[in-house]
Amino acid sequence: MSLLAVERLSVAFPGQVAVRDASFAIEAGETLALVGESGCGKSVTAFSVMRLLPPNARVTSGRILFEGTDLLAEPPAGMRRIRGKRISLIQQEPMTSLNPVLSIGAQIVEVLRRHEKLSRRAARARATELLDLVSIPDAHRRVDDYPHNLSGGMRQRVMIAMAVACGPKLLIADEPTTALDVTTQAQVLDLLDDLRHRLGMAVLLITHDLGVVAQWADRIAVMYAGRIVEKASIGPFFAEPLHPYSRGLLGARVDVDTDEHYLANRLSEIPGSVGSAAGEQGCPFAPRCPVAQAACRQAPPPLLELDAVDTGARAVACPVSVAQTGGRHAAAVG
Amino acid sequence: MRMGRRIATTLRRTVIHAGPTVLGIIVLDFLLLQLMPGDAADVIATEAGVATAETMAAIRERFGLDQPVLTQLMNFLGHLAQFDLGYSPRYNMPVLDMIMMRLPGTLLLMVTALSLALAMGVIVGSVMAAWAGRWPDRVLSVVVLLLYSMPGFWVGLMAVVLFSVKLGWLPSDGNMTIGAELTGFGLVADRLSHLVLPALALASFFVAVYARLTRASMLEVQRQDFMRTAHGKGLHPFFIQLRHALRNALIPVTTVAGMHLGNLLGGAVVVETLFGWPGMGRLALEAVLARDFSVLLGVLLLSSFLVILANVTIDLLHAWLDPRIGEAG
Ligand SMILES: Nc1ncnc2c1ncn2[C@@H]1O[C@H](COP(=O)(O)OP(=O)(O)O)[C@@H](O)[C@H]1O
Ligand SMILES: [Mg+2]
Repeated sequence: MSLLAVERLSVAFPGQVAVRDASFAIEAGETLALVGESGCGKSVTAFSVMRLLPPNARVTSGRILFEGTDLLAEPPAGMRRIRGKRISLIQQEPMTSLNPVLSIGAQIVEVLRRHEKLSRRAARARATELLDLVSIPDAHRRVDDYPHNLSGGMRQRVMIAMAVACGPKLLIADEPTTALDVTTQAQVLDLLDDLRHRLGMAVLLITHDLGVVAQWADRIAVMYAGRIVEKASIGPFFAEPLHPYSRGLLGARVDVDTDEHYLANRLSEIPGSVGSAAGEQGCPFAPRCPVAQAACRQAPPPLLELDAVDTGARAVACPVSVAQTGGRHAAAVG
Repeated sequence: MRMGRRIATTLRRTVIHAGPTVLGIIVLDFLLLQLMPGDAADVIATEAGVATAETMAAIRERFGLDQPVLTQLMNFLGHLAQFDLGYSPRYNMPVLDMIMMRLPGTLLLMVTALSLALAMGVIVGSVMAAWAGRWPDRVLSVVVLLLYSMPGFWVGLMAVVLFSVKLGWLPSDGNMTIGAELTGFGLVADRLSHLVLPALALASFFVAVYARLTRASMLEVQRQDFMRTAHGKGLHPFFIQLRHALRNALIPVTTVAGMHLGNLLGGAVVVETLFGWPGMGRLALEAVLARDFSVLLGVLLLSSFLVILANVTIDLLHAWLDPRIGEAG
């Protein structure tokens, strides 16, 4: 049984479907990267797992199984026992995701005291330890600082300390480094990876940066216009991306061997824009796709699972590409 | 310790600002009052019914009213420096004594009304925000709109009609039952029952202002990322509203509360007159009618002190609510 299994999840806002039929799974201890252009539904997917969607969003179908229980059917009180304890969330903007009027210590203590039987003093001592764990210098003095006293990178470390405080099994990191400069980015991601190994948690790492994926993820799920279009392990994916969109992503990326700085992919270099997916009957990528055929515009292609031992669990929503690679993969409709 | 330093910074800044402000207020008030037609001598002479030119001149000379405006101002400031507010020609007693007799009444009324307005406004506003768009919000919105558009004196009059005249629950005049020899609990209850109606009449408009403001800023806060962080910790929604949302939402509310203090004092004049409440507001009105400028100046001066004092309180409250305030310099 997977730690987290999202099955055919669809989420809609009034007049707009943000996530369509998304399925993916995360095993205990692994890092799954969820990749896609901004606006493709990554955050909405993450918030669905936490059941923290904006009030105007509705889950229209699907199940989210965490350790076998369906989170979408969990009563609010049960959900509150899971949040912060079994599943934690780190958001994109460290500048706004901490409460400006409470000290960082108080904000860490709060989650500790919520889920663990700790005295005020013990919780404070534990908060200091956690700040130390995420390499905040002078933790015992910093614990009384307010968010505005800290830099963006430091705040994101505080967010991480808060997220791992109760030893969650799953950490959802929604573009945790997008707002940070490149050096800080690598430090924060190293820290996350280190903590993942030490605490034995799984990470759902949301990013639009393929460089980050190559360095820190075990598996990848590529999202386009609310759909998951390809799932693969990192090695095979970077060796041979199957979906035309994935190929576009990798092609748009400067050579893998150059300085990490240039790994930052430029998704916009694929001709056209994600906006063309709106109102598309068939494959959402068809309007931008170099290999699109007439059939692609009829109905959205299903995610085909490729059963190949050497490539690991792999799936792609593009029959054209599957046919092209033909002989090496035996395709089975999933 | 950190909190202490922030509060000290806030206090220092306020005092530096307050000094010149007070001086400006005094000079401006003094000059404005000179523009008013008539003086105390006119009124005294009229009331006495002997308005010969000699008696008028004598009165003016006695109180220094015949000197040039600038000399009068200098005299006034000179006395002020010795904490002497002057002498009332009309009541024949030192202005400071008169004001000190009335000050506690006004303070009690203002503090009660402001606390009531803030407490009720914040509670009503939070309830409206929590049920935004649903029926509790709609019903309260109508009530708030009514309070907002009805003048305080009218609310006061209606409250007198209902609670004093029809129901007979609460007294409508003065600040205590005259002649009743009350002690202990009875005394407090008597004072409180006299306080309820004027305080409510004075607070009504401000309840509406703070309720609308609280509702708007509570709704604004809900959209912030840190609210999702708080929910993501598994905290109870009620606790999150109280600890994370309200504290942030109160920052703009206290700012506006500070700006309204002057209005509150102005409203006190009307409410004190309406309810026969012995406070500074009524004293000011009496002083205007009697052209008793020294009393009026004293009242204005003390009022500006009150407003500054209240602003300091609000600033301190602000520094306590928002750690970003008072950190630098
Ligand atoms: N609060 C909201 N109201 C309406 N639409 C929203 C809201 N939040 C997100 N959406 C829509 O859902 C889609 C997915 O958004 P999101 O998951 O935030 O994208 P990203 O992949 O950049 O995280 C977007 O097209 C956006 O327009
Ligand atoms: Mg996002």
